[in-house]
Amino acid sequence: MNKPLRRVAVFCGLLVLALLIRVNYVQFVQADQLQNDPHNRRVAINQYAQPRGNIIVGDKAITGHTETNGSDFKYKRTYTDGPMWAPVTGHASQAYGTTMLEGVEDKFLTGNDDRLFFNRTIDLLTGKQRQGGNVVTTLNAKAQKAAFDGLGNKKGAVVALDPRTGAILAMASTPSYDPSGIAGYSGTDEKNWIALDKKNDPDDPSLNRALRQTYPPGSTFKLVTAAAALESGKVTDVNAKTTSPDPYVLPGTSVPLKNEGSIKCKDATLRDALRQSCNTVFGKLGADIGLQGMVDEAEKFGFNKEQLVPVRADASNFDTKMSPDQVAQSSIGQFDTAATPLQMAMVASAIANNGVLMKPYEVAKLVAPNLSTISQTDPTELSKPLSPENAQKLQSMMETVVNDGTGKNAKIPGVKVGGKTGTAQHGVNNDKAPYAWFVSYAMTDQGSPVAVAVVVEDGAANRDDISGGGLAAPIAKSVMQAVLDK
Amino acid sequence: MSASNTTTITSIGAPNRRNTELALLVFAVAIPVFAYANVGLAKNGSVPAGLLGYGVGLGLLATVTHLLVRKFAPYADPLMLPIATLLNGLGLVLIWRLDQEPSLGAAMAPKQLMWSTFGVVLFVLVLVFVKDHRILQRYTYISMVLALFLLVLPVFFPPVYGARIWVTLPGIGSLQPGEFAKIIITVFFAGYLMVKRDALALASRRVMGLYLPRGRDLGPILVIWAVSLLILVFETDLGTSLLFFGLFVVMLYVATERTSWIVFGLLLSSAGAVAVASSEPHVKTRVQDWLHPLALENGAVTETAQARYAFGSGGLFGSGLGQGYSRLIHGIAPKSDYILATVGEELGLAGLMAVLLLYGLLIERGIRTALAARDPFGKLLAIGLSGGFALQVFVVAGGVTGLIPLTGMTMPFMAQGGSSVIANWALVAILLRISDTARRPAPSPAPSPDAEATQVVRNQ
Repeated sequence: MNKPLRRVAVFCGLLVLALLIRVNYVQFVQADQLQNDPHNRRVAINQYAQPRGNIIVGDKAITGHTETNGSDFKYKRTYTDGPMWAPVTGHASQAYGTTMLEGVEDKFLTGNDDRLFFNRTIDLLTGKQRQGGNVVTTLNAKAQKAAFDGLGNKKGAVVALDPRTGAILAMASTPSYDPSGIAGYSGTDEKNWIALDKKNDPDDPSLNRALRQTYPPGSTFKLVTAAAALESGKVTDVNAKTTSPDPYVLPGTSVPLKNEGSIKCKDATLRDALRQSCNTVFGKLGADIGLQGMVDEAEKFGFNKEQLVPVRADASNFDTKMSPDQVAQSSIGQFDTAATPLQMAMVASAIANNGVLMKPYEVAKLVAPNLSTISQTDPTELSKPLSPENAQKLQSMMETVVNDGTGKNAKIPGVKVGGKTGTAQHGVNNDKAPYAWFVSYAMTDQGSPVAVAVVVEDGAANRDDISGGGLAAPIAKSVMQAVLDK
Repeated sequence: MSASNTTTITSIGAPNRRNTELALLVFAVAIPVFAYANVGLAKNGSVPAGLLGYGVGLGLLATVTHLLVRKFAPYADPLMLPIATLLNGLGLVLIWRLDQEPSLGAAMAPKQLMWSTFGVVLFVLVLVFVKDHRILQRYTYISMVLALFLLVLPVFFPPVYGARIWVTLPGIGSLQPGEFAKIIITVFFAGYLMVKRDALALASRRVMGLYLPRGRDLGPILVIWAVSLLILVFETDLGTSLLFFGLFVVMLYVATERTSWIVFGLLLSSAGAVAVASSEPHVKTRVQDWLHPLALENGAVTETAQARYAFGSGGLFGSGLGQGYSRLIHGIAPKSDYILATVGEELGLAGLMAVLLLYGLLIERGIRTALAARDPFGKLLAIGLSGGFALQVFVVAGGVTGLIPLTGMTMPFMAQGGSSVIANWALVAILLRISDTARRPAPSPAPSPDAEATQVVRNQ
């Protein structure tokens, strides 16, 4: 009987071997994937097992933590001025995950990042509780407050950049929400969370409009068209008359493109066309430059590409396949053209920075719990949409807009301010309240310290009152003043 | 004297290895005691109050069993008792550790300790009263009746967690008669096959290249097997029916030395598996869980997924005892079916492999006993018991780690459950008895009168 016995022995050995191989597969090969699976509650438990690192603006933390009892989670996130900072911080919720900076820098904030390995080891050896690292942002508290207060109870968004570096100075979105209200795991948190759902609140307060909402840019897009005209050589002297009929019949169609009101746009100079926001002049310029030229210029400004700041910003859109009449319409910010507030701030900042577009970023540095800097964001150049000469031509045109044109509301005494208004119509037959845009920059002797884009979408306001110059420019002005400290 | 001993099996005076057993037992007691202290320190920051009692209790049990083995089975295998003690001790610690989680309900470690004690008592009783395993051979047919009775019994009791495998006795708790039936039916198979093996192996007809035995030889045993299988399917306890089937095939193969039994068995089992998997909704969900372990069920994370997360989160070295979250597998499951998930999470891959190797070692010692046994009944009984044990370990561990679909069975010695721990102690006792008989040196031959007569007379 010993021969079959030996075979059974081998068989039993194989059974045990199969088990050993299997546990190696599960606990070694699959381990990482299982450990980080979003449904694995340990992920959330570990996230909140130690005080989370802070998000810092200036030298003040805008986040904090409290200890909680009676649940799996030891610490809960708290926020100072939650609604104001929500587009920057996002939320870190025990029940509902993380978003924005809290999400992108989650590993660092919880202390799980590989770059904090040394600190973790030291803490382990000295028996100290593990701590998360801090995220220092580029934001400017005063500018953020100006933006948030300026928007008030209107619906809209503001982005302010430092054109010289690309640092994000303000990022506001209204209506906003308080992330403190959904940070925990309780019934109240659940109630707040459900109330935030777009189905229950059509205003969608948890949407970060500054990065994640694209709007038709309207007349503010004429800056891009003007840049394309200068770069392509279609216009060399901004004070020379152009050949532009009024009304301008869209190429290949019999549809006339008109201007708003009774402004005089026939053969207007580029400077005058921008000052008065002539649709006819820029529509024709766009068509003359052609699809490829417009697409190239728009993409140099950052269109058609997501931006990681490091939070993801939606890609703004400028169609790459259009007929000439559609190109003309797109060139005045209509048709399918759509831009995030961040995108339009990038347009203004590239012009203000003498044609150099810096990559926008909101994290200045990551700091370990022991206050040593782990990584620092160095300003990087994204592209050069304009030559310095053309950028200065465009700057002087934008200053004319503020001094003598539609942007008078943004004037700051003693400071050179350039801007462009926009009133973007939307909806079927343009029946919805238009979006009011204003993009601008302020210039000092040391270059331009701030470029702003403001968009206000206000269905409640009187339709006639909604204009870039009226609604949006004062907000841009106060943000610029906050940065300039005036 | 040595010149007269010509047997090659053993030599007189071969070490009986009892001291090896004692040394190993010291570790088998010390490791769980350290583990117990470890849990206390991790959970409450202090050495648990019951540590001394637990240590002394476990030590006492080990000492008593060891002394009795010295007395009643001096040549028994030295590894089985320490391994069983270690596994049982670790199981107790793990159950106590899970008792520290309020979400998992009432404490179960004290009761498990009581059952373990009963198990050890049964172990001792078997060693003391079964002086020779061949005595069991006399009870072949009584075993058959008893095994069938035990298998049918749960049908008359209400089902628990969808399976009718428990017998609820008021005041005492629930028992799983199937665990005992496993041993008793092995005794029957061994006794029956020993008598009929020649008939089964030789008086066969060749059909399509396979040797099929005559109906009258095969009939009775096939009937018993079918009846037990049917009962199990009606009780929806698939793990045990798989175990019984495997046991049956292995013993038949060993008894007849005919490979055709393996083919025959595999065909039967795959047919049965397909039939049951496609008809039983209970089994269908298990198979679905196995194919999609991480899938959500009504938006909630399933037990299967929770167990898998526990294993994965353990990684190579584990979180340390008392510092894992296997409580996320809700209810009673983490202490019984899923106890290995806690091992995997808190002791890591290293700890889990060590535990699996302990089981492997125990199985190997059992099969070695079968090889060493001198009588066919002993061989069959030993291979049946250790083969069944191996299958059970494979089915449970394979089920919780996702190698095969999960079936409700308990991990021998470790998992919470009275019947299982008692039955497995009895199983080890029988194996020790067989190994004692097998390893006992042959009695020294009677002094040869011729040798006396031809003494050399020395000259002065």
